[in-house]
Amino acid sequence: MGGFFNSSIGRKVAMALSAFFLMFFLLQHLSINLLSVFSPELFNEVSHFMGTNPVVQFALQPVLIFAVVFHFVMGFILEVRNKKANGVAYVKNNGAANSSWFSRNMIWSGVTILAFILLHFIDFWFPEINTKFIQGDWSGTIEGVDGYRYYEELVHKFANPLRVGAYVLAFVFLGLHLAHGFTSAFQSVGGTAGRKKTLQFIGKAYSIVIPAGFVFVAVYHLFNH
Amino acid sequence: MDLTLKIWRQKDSNTKGQMVDYKVTEISEHMSFLEMMDVMNEQLITKGEEPVAFDHDCREGICGMCSMYINGEAHGPDRGVTTCQLHMRMFKHGDTITIEPWRAAAFPVIKDLVVNRSAFDRIQHAGGYISVNTSGNTQDANSIPIQKQAADQAMDAATCIGCGACVATCKNSSAMLFVGAKVSQYALLPQGQVEAADRVKNMVAQMDLEGFGNCTNTGACEVECPKGISLDNIARMNRELMKASI
Amino acid sequence: MALDSKIPKGPIQDKWTDYKNHINLVNPANKRHIDIIVVGTGLAGGSAAATLAELGYNVKAFAYQDSPRRAHSIAAQGGINAAKNYQGDGDSTYRLFYDTVKGGDYRSREANVYRLAEVSVNIIDQCVAQGVPFARDYGGLLDNRSFGGVLVSRTFYAKGQTGQQLLLGAYSAMNRQIARGKIEMFNRHEMLDVVKVDGKARGIIARNLVTGEIERHSAHAVVIASGGYGNVYFLSTNAMGSNVTAGWKVHKKGAYFANPCYTQIHPTCIPRSGDYQSKLTLMSESLRNDGRIWVPAKLEDAKAIREGKKKPTDLSEEERDYYLERRYPAFGNLVPRDVASRAAKERCDEGFGVNATGEAVYLDFAASFVRYGEEQAKIQNLVNPTKEKIKELGQAIVKAKYGNLFQMYEKIVDENPYETPMMIYPAVHYTMGGVWVDYNLMTTIPGCYCIGEANFSDHGANRLGASALMQGLADGYFVLPYTIGDYLADDIRTGKISTDTPEFAEAEAEVKKTIEFFVNNKGTHSVDYYHKKLGLIMWEKCGMSRNAQGLKEAIEDISALRKDFWVNVNVPGTDKEYNEQLAKAGRVADFLELGELFAKDALIREESAGGHFREEHQTPEGEAKRLKEFQFVSAWEYKGEPKDAVLHKEALEYENIEVKERSYK
Repeated sequence: MGGFFNSSIGRKVAMALSAFFLMFFLLQHLSINLLSVFSPELFNEVSHFMGTNPVVQFALQPVLIFAVVFHFVMGFILEVRNKKANGVAYVKNNGAANSSWFSRNMIWSGVTILAFILLHFIDFWFPEINTKFIQGDWSGTIEGVDGYRYYEELVHKFANPLRVGAYVLAFVFLGLHLAHGFTSAFQSVGGTAGRKKTLQFIGKAYSIVIPAGFVFVAVYHLFNH
Repeated sequence: MDLTLKIWRQKDSNTKGQMVDYKVTEISEHMSFLEMMDVMNEQLITKGEEPVAFDHDCREGICGMCSMYINGEAHGPDRGVTTCQLHMRMFKHGDTITIEPWRAAAFPVIKDLVVNRSAFDRIQHAGGYISVNTSGNTQDANSIPIQKQAADQAMDAATCIGCGACVATCKNSSAMLFVGAKVSQYALLPQGQVEAADRVKNMVAQMDLEGFGNCTNTGACEVECPKGISLDNIARMNRELMKASI
Repeated sequence: MALDSKIPKGPIQDKWTDYKNHINLVNPANKRHIDIIVVGTGLAGGSAAATLAELGYNVKAFAYQDSPRRAHSIAAQGGINAAKNYQGDGDSTYRLFYDTVKGGDYRSREANVYRLAEVSVNIIDQCVAQGVPFARDYGGLLDNRSFGGVLVSRTFYAKGQTGQQLLLGAYSAMNRQIARGKIEMFNRHEMLDVVKVDGKARGIIARNLVTGEIERHSAHAVVIASGGYGNVYFLSTNAMGSNVTAGWKVHKKGAYFANPCYTQIHPTCIPRSGDYQSKLTLMSESLRNDGRIWVPAKLEDAKAIREGKKKPTDLSEEERDYYLERRYPAFGNLVPRDVASRAAKERCDEGFGVNATGEAVYLDFAASFVRYGEEQAKIQNLVNPTKEKIKELGQAIVKAKYGNLFQMYEKIVDENPYETPMMIYPAVHYTMGGVWVDYNLMTTIPGCYCIGEANFSDHGANRLGASALMQGLADGYFVLPYTIGDYLADDIRTGKISTDTPEFAEAEAEVKKTIEFFVNNKGTHSVDYYHKKLGLIMWEKCGMSRNAQGLKEAIEDISALRKDFWVNVNVPGTDKEYNEQLAKAGRVADFLELGELFAKDALIREESAGGHFREEHQTPEGEAKRLKEFQFVSAWEYKGEPKDAVLHKEALEYENIEVKERSYK
């Protein structure tokens, strides 16, 4: 097994496995975000559960962080190795003739997403960690707000059009990343020809619906408050 | 038609190369690309200059020797053809055509447009065979029936000509389509089963050792492959390696 | 030296078995002290190298390409014959033997051909075990197709790429031995001479085509498997690099060269389109099953078509001359290759050619579209289908059968063969002649063997379709590995052959001298200039039909051209680098000698047999006339200039087959 993950194919399989986890995470994250549009109360309930449940906090969250870090680090390692494999560059290379832009530029869509994640950490995750682990406040409430604080915070963040603009841009890149990444991950773990058409359809749908959903939530709150 | 050619010239593997411009005149649209190169070389020889070296042999699209990166594409703009089958009717009077050798760290340039593809041979040495004694004392050819679909798929994989266009066109210089095709051919046949696990492990290990890149599944190789080798072969190799390793 | 073919005694069906039972063997412990050089890695060389290594010998294999997988065996399309009788249609070893001897126009050696037919079945077993993906039927068993006018289905195939798959099989067997360290592979190396020590072949001089270095390689035996010499015509279906050099060098060192004039001209190739043409492309013979061959009946129509004023589809049925159907009503468009080729040439020589060069005839599928279309309409119960509908249905059937060939034609010619007839013309394809070998496949140089197309082989004066692959693999997998042991059994105490001897030094000096001449001779004409000129002489005077006058002229012309070559050839670059022109110069130099011997051989063979047609020797209807007194192999001994070559005759006896006339009327 150790040998396997040191091989070029093993690395790609590892990349795919982390991608599967992240794609599942995106799905649940979006589901919760969408609740904020339909029912602030329910959104608050679920957010509080996710933010305080020990299994989520101490088991799933570290796995998520590992998956994110792994996916990025491995992505960069592969990129470096691939560049090394190239040797001398072509004077003229017409990549558009045989492949899509986003499939050739996963590293750049990835870097954009990474930049967004850093922003996201500064916006949501660091304050969360600060409140819970440093200040030790696990109540999920703040002064001046009835009930839980999560909805208010969300609405507050999406009040700034510039922030929402950056947010939308990041999700466009996420869409591009997923447009190739979804089917590519299945191919890496040996997805077969029989399921290919269906997979491609699901992949396309996923890469549109997920980013569009996040963007919808952000834009909804920007214009409704 | 008259054309301007921008061609990579490099004396040998130790010397730095560069693009050099050439003019060719009176090219017929019925010529193959390599015949156009022949005409240019004859003109260079007559002028006392050194002709451009390029690999070619069968000139009917099956030996896999010819290997030119033309206007940014492996084997040029046509589909399902090798360089030798590319015809000048794909170009028009006054065009400028850029011609480069296959680029990959694992395919060092020997001279001009000629590259060393021995890495492919070494991958095959690592396991591209079924260990059967070549004495003819095997069982009758019909003693193991093979499902037609499997035999046809094995044939489709085996049709690879080893030209290296997949590596040349891959943004990562990955050899996965080439290796995947060979692994698939044997994986699909009952005769290949006995050594299947070792074969895929050894061939992939050698592929990595040669310094080919990783597959990013862009699918460019499948598009540029003159024999239409399918990406499914890569997926199958991935499965085979997982099966062999886990 | 008298020729001894060493054919074993006894009934023909027991010869090979008895022979194998009684020849000397080398024990496994001794094999590892014996080195063998194999030059060429096609079907014959590749399979021989793999099997010799498997047996335990140390093999050094040489290929001028960058990998053994690229040898021109890879281009064979149709299939490989084997007397398996899987179809239960009455095939047998004897029938395959009979068909091959008859197809060769009774100019091949009975015992060799019988052995070939005998081991043919092993080839299929062997290749399937190696993972060669032959075509199969829905029951999972091997499929066969019928080929080249024989009466049974015995041809195994892998789509239209049988040669490729068989070569990759041999290549994989080589890879296994390379991995075991039993084969040392020398890619991009060219053999430039054989080295004889005490009269025996003990090594070669080779040039590293990348660095230009001249290398000495020693061995206890040398096997030449370098293919045919069709490129003597410049234009052929051979690969650009295919050459006679290895065979010619051993000839110059004492190996007799047999039947050089036997050449196969394949009738269905894509015609030449202009003077720049570098090579010709074959279209599978199978097309003649459904295509009708014709030229315009009137000269003025042919002229109008050539000038682009008329189209073939403009001509009515009466204005067309289906000359094969007219001349050979019984076989029609399915006459053998040599007959079909000559008939096409005859029409074009008379001015009926249909493309700009005047060298093309039509291969028309329009009748098949209708025939298949009507059949389909019946099957689908269509009442009064329109003409268009019938054509559409018929085209679909033709597409299923030959789609890839139609597509290839369209890529090359840029015409849609579904709408306008294909144009075809004969092209040089295979050479039946080659280095003379005995039953052991040994040349007249002890320890020097020759296998595959490079030897004069088992095909007589004409080769049947799907037999070349069979012979290459039979020689390499199953014949040579046995027979070579008989010779090497005496070498178990010889020890390593030193390359540091006067014989090697002399051969190397000779090779270097020639190379230095080429790079220092600042002549006026390129190598291709001479090659093209030679090709033209060969094609016009030693082509599909020959006569004494033309052959005598050819001998003079080639001799003069060769003299000019050695004064005025221009080879750019140096000898210490990758230099394709230099490699080619050496090959063309040898073609310039072979070409003359070829013409000389054709001149003395005053009969018509198979691919060799002498205009003086034809029946009143223009058919080939074979003569009993020429029932021999002509084996030429080198004596300096080709004109001085000495003829040795090996009489051919037919004890198991009645020699008959071939008629296709």
